[in-house]
Amino acid sequence: MTMGIMATKLGMTQIFIEEGVRVPVTVLKMDPNFVVSKKTMEKDGYTALQLGFGQIRAKLVNKPTKGHFQKANVEPTRFLSEFRVDEKELANYEIGAQIGLEFFEGVLSLDIAGVSKGKGFAGVMKRHNFAGFPASHGTHETFRHGGSIGMRAQPGKVLKGKRMAGHMGDELVTMKNLRVIRIMAEENLILVRGAVPGSKGKVVEIKVSTRKPKALPGVGGATLEEASKNPMKASKAGAKGAGGKKK
Amino acid sequence: MANMIDLIEKSEVTGDFPKFQIGDTLRVFFKIKEGDKERVQVFEGVLIGERGGSNKRAITVRKISFSHGVERMFPLASPRIEKIEIAQTGYVRRAKLYYLRDLRGKKARIRERQDYKKGKDLSTAQVNAAK
Repeated sequence: MTMGIMATKLGMTQIFIEEGVRVPVTVLKMDPNFVVSKKTMEKDGYTALQLGFGQIRAKLVNKPTKGHFQKANVEPTRFLSEFRVDEKELANYEIGAQIGLEFFEGVLSLDIAGVSKGKGFAGVMKRHNFAGFPASHGTHETFRHGGSIGMRAQPGKVLKGKRMAGHMGDELVTMKNLRVIRIMAEENLILVRGAVPGSKGKVVEIKVSTRKPKALPGVGGATLEEASKNPMKASKAGAKGAGGKKK
Repeated sequence: MANMIDLIEKSEVTGDFPKFQIGDTLRVFFKIKEGDKERVQVFEGVLIGERGGSNKRAITVRKISFSHGVERMFPLASPRIEKIEIAQTGYVRRAKLYYLRDLRGKKARIRERQDYKKGKDLSTAQVNAAK
């Protein structure tokens, strides 16, 4: 079970890495996560860490919540989330501890989960990539329909799981194996290759990917050693350069 | 927090390029890799278009190579661009010079910029002097 943390999605841009390859990146802001409580085998039947993330005005915190945070000696946070952790690993974290960017040390790829943008009630073309109907040649008022949804008297019903129109988006989506491009320690930013679910300003949950890191096009570096030669070096130079100083 | 993204984008803009305008003839010094070796290739041609801003800014340069028109886009934030020189300034009244694609020879010429309005439209010599 891998530990996770929370971060805010700031948006997307593109950057050049050392080799002159342009990569699309999502910028994530990682404010400190606090260990608010622990779930233990004896008490809860499973082991996990409860982390708090994000600022909140004191006025908005009700009394029971305040007490919960007080127990850990942590300022109340806006979000609370649990991450499953092995029993052994659980001992490494103390209640009240702060988890920062050191979480990403030596990590090349991440799994990032967030709530996708809501699309409302969507038709089959948008929701399931159906082809629709031809725009001409006598098509009559069925341009974006899905076609037939079943057979005849046998089986006489619509099969379960038939893809139809309905609500789309606003659900938990996990993007797996996103490559870490740059870590900017001063600004608490992580730059990850590709898109991340959700709109700007939303909180996403980040876990260390269990998958093998993908090679970057034109750069390579699928293994940790290989990568530490190239992109990680670029990340350090970038972290300095982004602080207003020139590379 | 969107300004953090601006910050990243600005930090990406590292090149120090002269102020060229559409219609100018540019020399772009571009590093290319051949196997293990790296060398600089010069691409000289007319600046026929520009797009994007900040770190996404890119220019399109057109030249005639062995009687074939060749166009190349250069993202200005690319670390592979070593430098850009203005070979000649040009006077044009359009933002995109795509009409040059249909013209050959003498018709595809561009008049040089003259300094008849003060503070505006500097000619080649003046631009190079200003650097």
